[in-house]
Amino acid sequence: MKNQSTGTVSGIIANLAIIKVEGPVAQNEVCYLRHKDTDLMAEVIKIRSGYAYAQVFESTRGIKVGTPVRFMGHLLEATLGPGILSRNYDGLMHDLGTMSGIFLQRGEYTDALDKAKLWHFKPLAQPGDTVQAGAWLGEVQENAVPHRIMVPFMWQGSFTVQSVAPEGEYRVEDEIATLSDASGRQLKVTMTQQWPVKQAVRAYVDKPRPYQLLETGVRTIDTLNPIVEGGTGFIPGPFGSGKTVLQQAISRQADADVVIVAACGERANEVVELFKEFPELDDPWHPGRRLMERTVIIANTSNMPVAAREASVYTAMTIAEYYRSMGLKVLLLADSTSRWAQALREMSNRMEELPGPDAFPMDLSAIISNFYSRAGMVRLSNNQSGSITFIGTVSPAGGNLKEPVTESTRKAARCFYALSQQRADSKRYPAIDPIDSYSKYLEYPELQETLAKAISPDWVDKVNRLKNILLRGKEAAEQINILGDDGVTVDYHLTFWRSEVVDAVILQQDAFDSIDARTPLARQQYMTDWVLRICDTHFQFDSFEQVNPYFKRVVNQMKQMNYSEFESEQFRSFEKELEEMLREGEGSRR
Amino acid sequence: MQTQAFQRVYTKIEQLTKATCTLRAQDVGNEELALVHGRLAQVVKIMGDEITLQVFSGTEGIPTNAEVVFFGKPPVLNVSDELAGRFFDAFGRPIDGGPDVQGEEREIGGPSVNPVRREQPSELITTGIAGIDLNNTLVTGQKIPFFADPDQPYNQVMAMVALRAEADKIILGGMGLTNDDYLFYKQVFENAGALHRIVSFVNTTENPPVERLLVPDMALTAAEYFAIDKNEKVLVLLTDMTLYADALSIVSNRMDQIPSKDSMPGSLYSDLAKIYEKAVQFEAGGSITIIAVTTLSSGDITHAVPDNTGYITEGQLFLRRDTEIGKVIVDPFRSLSRLKQLVIGKKTRADHPQVMNAAIRLYADAANARTKLENGFDLTDYDERTLQFAKEYSDRLLAIDVNIDTTEMLNIAWQLFAKYFSKAEVGIKQEFVEKYWG
Repeated sequence: MKNQSTGTVSGIIANLAIIKVEGPVAQNEVCYLRHKDTDLMAEVIKIRSGYAYAQVFESTRGIKVGTPVRFMGHLLEATLGPGILSRNYDGLMHDLGTMSGIFLQRGEYTDALDKAKLWHFKPLAQPGDTVQAGAWLGEVQENAVPHRIMVPFMWQGSFTVQSVAPEGEYRVEDEIATLSDASGRQLKVTMTQQWPVKQAVRAYVDKPRPYQLLETGVRTIDTLNPIVEGGTGFIPGPFGSGKTVLQQAISRQADADVVIVAACGERANEVVELFKEFPELDDPWHPGRRLMERTVIIANTSNMPVAAREASVYTAMTIAEYYRSMGLKVLLLADSTSRWAQALREMSNRMEELPGPDAFPMDLSAIISNFYSRAGMVRLSNNQSGSITFIGTVSPAGGNLKEPVTESTRKAARCFYALSQQRADSKRYPAIDPIDSYSKYLEYPELQETLAKAISPDWVDKVNRLKNILLRGKEAAEQINILGDDGVTVDYHLTFWRSEVVDAVILQQDAFDSIDARTPLARQQYMTDWVLRICDTHFQFDSFEQVNPYFKRVVNQMKQMNYSEFESEQFRSFEKELEEMLREGEGSRR
Repeated sequence: MQTQAFQRVYTKIEQLTKATCTLRAQDVGNEELALVHGRLAQVVKIMGDEITLQVFSGTEGIPTNAEVVFFGKPPVLNVSDELAGRFFDAFGRPIDGGPDVQGEEREIGGPSVNPVRREQPSELITTGIAGIDLNNTLVTGQKIPFFADPDQPYNQVMAMVALRAEADKIILGGMGLTNDDYLFYKQVFENAGALHRIVSFVNTTENPPVERLLVPDMALTAAEYFAIDKNEKVLVLLTDMTLYADALSIVSNRMDQIPSKDSMPGSLYSDLAKIYEKAVQFEAGGSITIIAVTTLSSGDITHAVPDNTGYITEGQLFLRRDTEIGKVIVDPFRSLSRLKQLVIGKKTRADHPQVMNAAIRLYADAANARTKLENGFDLTDYDERTLQFAKEYSDRLLAIDVNIDTTEMLNIAWQLFAKYFSKAEVGIKQEFVEKYWG
């Protein structure tokens, strides 16, 4: 695809341009429309009898028939190299921070990387080494992350290292190595490379089943439905059920080397919150570092061009794959994948394709599962491993989980965190429904083994007991509602209140409280043991009227514990009072 | 918008639908304005030399030999300080008998603000209404709609909020406003002596519905002028966005687009987001806050319009008539202000978040008690107390006729807690209980 084709615009419908092409053109090839003095980027999405249908990543206002078009001979690509971390990009990986002006002027495309910055390069490979795509040739220190300089992913086959640059200061476009291929051709490697975002990077040996817990500090996830390094999960929920707050909590707290947030078609003010807060927030896993240092934000807010919205999730995934190939733990969050699906729907509609369910394109399900499959843990050629954990939110239309995006995603993702309107209404946050939600990983023997070693041998049993208590509590609550408080035995009330203790102490968590927001695993274990101890205690109440006030006190006491610094004096004193409360509950009524 | 001498006049329309016409023409830009048979129209589709125009006031009576003149530019608004105090139609033409506004010509529906150039909203908007200030605090740069049935007094509440909000400019975008409501706004602003702070773009029910599509962009172009050029705090009122969406569906239908949910166009989310996302806080101090109205059909929020709106806006406000006290209240369960976390407990007293949550939880307990009562079960002593609390809470805080400052609201809430409950039942962080209980 070396010879660049040209063309002229012959039709426009909203952001779809129909272009008469001179010369060859590829599906998904990038082209630029020359409007006045600016080039507007577009991507070919359909070709029919000499006409290319291109989605324009900008407003098409003022474009006329006859506007000249240049085809670039390559697909939509991401520019990869040192300096991606802590940057804010638009969906096409243009640096938002270096754009001039208050408004996003169309056609203003900035570089993804700072080409002038010098990086301190250290060689890792030796002349004579045999390498293939993704092999590490050297590294630079990017904030706290060792950023490996790799053989470009595009290069196929084996290569022999001829030379590697000595340790020193280099710019991203400087040559740092020379390789030769089987035919003896010399190839130069710089610190930057391009990758077509819609294709998966396959520079790894294999993709084993994930087995390592990814700690998020969110109790209802880590304890009840854990996600793993290299796992996939999704969070569907109606608006106002706390999707974004939950996702932001995960992005701040999760134990990952690199966090990539794709704000896809969502509110600009939420992205601003990330922009403003992350540079201020301390990294909980790397003392003395700021969160922003290991974060990349891809922002295509809902008012930014629709076509770039689809690109934004792919750009984010490509950056994730790039860092995974360095042997790092990457967490990728996309909020929300429904907006991406809607962008697909708008284009499919403009191209007058026959619609599938709810007017979404027929291949929606395939597109979604293909995307989720790019996550995962991989083993690299040097036996190191890296992972991409992907969590997407879904905004189901009308809060109905039977709509196409939710259903397609459910087939693709292994963890399901259903946000419940009912829980949100009663301010029980995070509103993850403990009964509908699931983590398939909890059934993995690999994970069970890790949990047994890392926490305690009977941990999975304990988790299952918590789930049982919640389920039985729900059933008891239904019975009480039907038969009335005094229409059931005291046992029903006890069963209900046990589940309330689990709910209040483990499930509910104050994302805005500095202490309660993040619960390390040891503390989760500690509180779980407390909760189970209370659930195991035999209380003998004479009537249901005693149950409610007693448990209210217990719950309140344990909430105070959650709000206190773990194992602090204050925590211990609340704990002591709880011990007394428990003795009183057992003793006086026995 | 006068035609100019050198413009080419076309006189052969090939196709007419209720809202669009198609003709052959050269050198026409996308989204360009045109005059078709004396009516304003906009280019919505170009296929070779075949141009499709959306005629805002409908195509009734347009003959195939009508004159079509292209302006060579998209819709514009002249912006200057002269906008203040004036009333315009959807095209930005004066309807108050005053002269045309002189000023800089700006395209409406311009580009989005670069998100990294935005500032995080942090300035409280006080309204004196506890249902808003206490439970759903508003912030400058926020966008929030009232979700209301057509019979609810949303226009009155919105006017009240606008006047109390201490904005430098209030811009009213009226879409499908009844003439009575239009006059209501005019009168309220006049009585409050606030006319010099108001700019209005109004499409009443007497005007053709498709014209409405221009109203939000007109209003927001004026808002951007005052917020950016003048660093002012601008409040934009958009009523009613459901009627705006209806106009969108009319146009997409005429263009043979495949409808998605509730016969709305598939692009509804993007179309609404383009408007609401103009709400912004700038570093220099200027801001645009949008308060809108989305009317519901008998409270159904799963309909495509409120549903998509809910995903775009930063919360929503529900009004409800509380039969216990016979007043309209701001519903604490279904209302939400997403940006309140940025100010409550920071710009307001530190106990604000906990007090707010505790009160709502107790109010929810009261709702459960009421269900029990209705189902014929006996109430416990606690149930009885929650019911009494709920009534007083509703009357003294939730009702929209309340007008007090936030600290006073918090004090009242603490009084009510102490009056009806024990400390454990309220369950607030110890340090606040010690400070404010009783």
